[in-house]
Amino acid sequence: MRRTFFRGVGLPYLLLAPQLLVTAVFFFWPAGQAVYQSFLREDAFGLSSEFVGLENFIDVLSDRDWRGAAARTAFFSISVAALALSAALFLAVQADKHIRGAGAYRTLLIWPYAVAPAIAAVLWLFMVHPSIGLFGRALNAMGVPWDYKLNGDQAMLVVILASAWKQVSYNFIFFLAGLQGIPRPVLEAAAIDGAGPVRRFWTVVFPLLSPTAFFLLVVNLVYACFDTFGVIHALTQGGPGKSTETLIYRVYTDGVTNLNLGSSAAQSVILMILVIGLTVVQFRFVERKVHY
Amino acid sequence: MATLTLTGVRKSFGTNPVLHGVDLDVRDGEMIVVVGASGCGKSTLLRIVAGLETATAGRVMIGDQDVTALEPADRDVAMVFQNYALYPHMSVFQNMAYGLKIRGLPKPEIIRRVDEAAALLDIGTLLERKPRQLSGGQRQRVAMGRAIVREPKLFLFDEPLSNLDAKLRVQMRAEIRRLQKRLGVTSLFVTHDQVEAMTLGDRLVVMHAGHAAQIATPMEVWERPADTYVAGFIGSPSMNFLAATLEQGGAAARLGNDLVLPFADGPRTGKAGQKLTLGIRPEHLRPQAGGLRVMIELVEPLGAESLLHGRLPDGAEMTVKLAGAVHPDGELEVMPMAEALHVFDGETGKRIEPLDQSTTR
Ligand SMILES: Nc1ncnc2c1ncn2[C@@H]1O[C@H](COP(=O)(O)OP(=O)(O)OP(=O)(O)O)[C@@H](O)[C@H]1O
Ligand SMILES: [Mg+2]
Repeated sequence: MRRTFFRGVGLPYLLLAPQLLVTAVFFFWPAGQAVYQSFLREDAFGLSSEFVGLENFIDVLSDRDWRGAAARTAFFSISVAALALSAALFLAVQADKHIRGAGAYRTLLIWPYAVAPAIAAVLWLFMVHPSIGLFGRALNAMGVPWDYKLNGDQAMLVVILASAWKQVSYNFIFFLAGLQGIPRPVLEAAAIDGAGPVRRFWTVVFPLLSPTAFFLLVVNLVYACFDTFGVIHALTQGGPGKSTETLIYRVYTDGVTNLNLGSSAAQSVILMILVIGLTVVQFRFVERKVHY
Repeated sequence: MATLTLTGVRKSFGTNPVLHGVDLDVRDGEMIVVVGASGCGKSTLLRIVAGLETATAGRVMIGDQDVTALEPADRDVAMVFQNYALYPHMSVFQNMAYGLKIRGLPKPEIIRRVDEAAALLDIGTLLERKPRQLSGGQRQRVAMGRAIVREPKLFLFDEPLSNLDAKLRVQMRAEIRRLQKRLGVTSLFVTHDQVEAMTLGDRLVVMHAGHAAQIATPMEVWERPADTYVAGFIGSPSMNFLAATLEQGGAAARLGNDLVLPFADGPRTGKAGQKLTLGIRPEHLRPQAGGLRVMIELVEPLGAESLLHGRLPDGAEMTVKLAGAVHPDGELEVMPMAEALHVFDGETGKRIEPLDQSTTR
């Protein structure tokens, strides 16, 4: 590790200032606001607010709709993470086999990551929309009743696919880097020891990738929980009914649409605690267990 | 245990030819050392035997089985890699047991074999450790152990000692030799270190630019190198080469300075005036008036002997090895010992044997 020493503390702080400022204005201040808001309740016209302690939290946690959204979010996140991870691993293994080093394949696979959520959603819309989407029309033509605007399960499937698709490229880069970091002779030694390709993958490659996989699992869960608002908003707006309303989407509907600021803030704070928890798990494990 | 036969093995990477037809017969239990400069194709040859590379042409036989088309797993060979290539996520025990487990050996048998190999290699106390908790020398032993427990037909070594420090290298070298003799497993050992080659091999394969320049016992390679490349490669310090022409009906060589050296071992065929390259090892030069005048440029005292580096009047480099301590700078006249003279063709660099021997051979 290279270290640089500065005389005094002025310059280092000056260099850090822009980053700290951005973090303060766009994260700490709104986060602080959310925490503050979560202890207040406004009247129906937003004219006055009073301090209500933990009441907002109690309301949120005992709300059956919110619990439903929590369960839905868990299902959604785990599906997205599982799909995005397994697809990325499969693609990375193929890429590693055929184009050692780099190539067009890798670039192509990285593109989805650079696509904005709304645009990704529109791309998927053009594929799955029941009347204008390629697959949507094909399915209906084949007699499969397909309309994710009406069928909640289908809507869930669509948002899972679209969200996972966007995350595959990110996972792919990490898996490919992990695969290329496995020394060739180790795999050759396994081949000489008598292990076929499948056994080699499960007994050597996969265990050596497990730190990467675990890191990605947490990143993917966080992504699916908190970063899929754009995809859901553009594709289903949480509907039909509430069938694709995840926790983060609910924060938006309660806060922006229903103007229930106190509840929305309390929900945000709960989500914040969740993401902090996941990050802590991440660091503890990455530093210990999963490493070989 | 088995024999190994290579017939006309060629290999090209794309359009880049690396091996130009290698033939080799390895006897049962023999230790063959493949030695040559970096990039000459040693590893490629070994990897073809292991099945990690496919030969462009030619055949590989282990015992009476043609393995040319077989996967590495089906060849029953074990390999020790330069960087050991241990499985980083497995303990030493698991590393050694991996190949046995795959072959479906019963657990008690696996444990017996691993314990036996561990005792042999003195790594019995390390079995629970992970490779990253081992020193280089210990990793080397584990890699050896992983090969031994398999009881394969063939051991393949690709410069397994080059990452060790000098002292450990000498120690491991002796140990590998001892183990190989004791287990009697046919072995192919790749190295670029000629001392390693000389001390380890029953026979050497000296590789040069994708060819096997010479296949012979270490002493034979040293005493009767097949061409100037082998002559210069084997032996330290390197052999001196002098341009000369054939004289006296093939019985002597005339050097540039009109010094005439008669051949002690018999005349060579060839026209008078044919270009020759004479080879003489530094230790086969004696100080003598009327010999080759060497302008000494550097003296390296090695204790029991001294190395004198210098040049002939025509600029050719000469190294002389003399017994005893320091010799003065300046000029020295040396004479090659006639019976230690090597004669090579001046154009092709091939060794030219004396008449009587080359006819009886
Ligand atoms: N996979 C490959 N693709 C293309 N060229 C290769 C490949 N492997 C080896 N070569 C080339 O083949 C030649 C011989 O390589 P090889 O590894 O057999 O040399 P070596 O004798 O083992 O050298 P060293 O002592 O440095 O290990 C080299 O010129 C190398 O660049
Ligand atoms: Mg090599």
